[in-house]
Amino acid sequence: MTALAAVAIGVVSLQWVVLLVIAAVAIAGALVVVLHRSPVVGAMGLVTNLLCVAGIYVLLNAYFFAALQVIIYAGAVVVLITFVIMLLNLRPEARGGPGLVPIGLAVLLGLALIVVLGRPLLEFSAPTAEAVAPEFGSVRQVGEALFTEYFYPFLAVSLALLSAMVGAVLLAKRHLED
Amino acid sequence: MVGDPGPYLLLATILFVIGAFGVISRRGAITILMSIELMLNSANLALVAVSRFLPAAGQGAGIPDGQVIGFLVLAIAAAEVAVGLAIVIAMFRLRESVDVDLARLLRW
Repeated sequence: MTALAAVAIGVVSLQWVVLLVIAAVAIAGALVVVLHRSPVVGAMGLVTNLLCVAGIYVLLNAYFFAALQVIIYAGAVVVLITFVIMLLNLRPEARGGPGLVPIGLAVLLGLALIVVLGRPLLEFSAPTAEAVAPEFGSVRQVGEALFTEYFYPFLAVSLALLSAMVGAVLLAKRHLED
Repeated sequence: MVGDPGPYLLLATILFVIGAFGVISRRGAITILMSIELMLNSANLALVAVSRFLPAAGQGAGIPDGQVIGFLVLAIAAAEVAVGLAIVIAMFRLRESVDVDLARLLRW
């Protein structure tokens, strides 16, 4: 029994360690995005962050969603962004910007938000049955919900994607009068 | 198990704040778009984390709703980045720069 408890505690702390490491890398990637002056390096930070969040989805047993995250976000979106950076042949952003006072205020407000929200969030406990349901995160479960309960939002999103596609083509065309 | 959504929600808050800081403090339009992606992504993380720990209909924990809404957010984020980058390209043609401080035609 004690051996079993020790193994359980080992599993607990192992998961905590994995979570903390992934979270630290994710935060570092996000900081690279907002602090580095070169957009290409920022895009690489974004990939790091998105892949780490996909890892957290795996920790949360949301395997299908982790795959979606890697394919759509870390794949398609970041490739699109990198492609545009290459197309525009950007220089690193010029120094200057809003100045120290607004940035200091933004940092202060952000830290205040984290501190104010942090305590209630950490104490937030769901009425949870510890073990995860066997179906959770499967393609079948998510797909069923998507095509029954969430059918109309799904339809609306498909229309939004279509209009975004048309809009992007129109906006990026060279001669709008054609 | 990390038995509560708390740590995940805290991480989502931190990522959201970093993204918001990027939107406020940067001038490059592409960096601002990437910061918006960070914020949308942190919202997704919060959704999936909470839905993982809510009690399921049958046994155990975990409902699919958070993942489905997250999926919709993912699609909207892809649409947003496509339109946003098209606007950035159009602006670059006009101004030879993606500095958002230069886009002031419609500003008072």
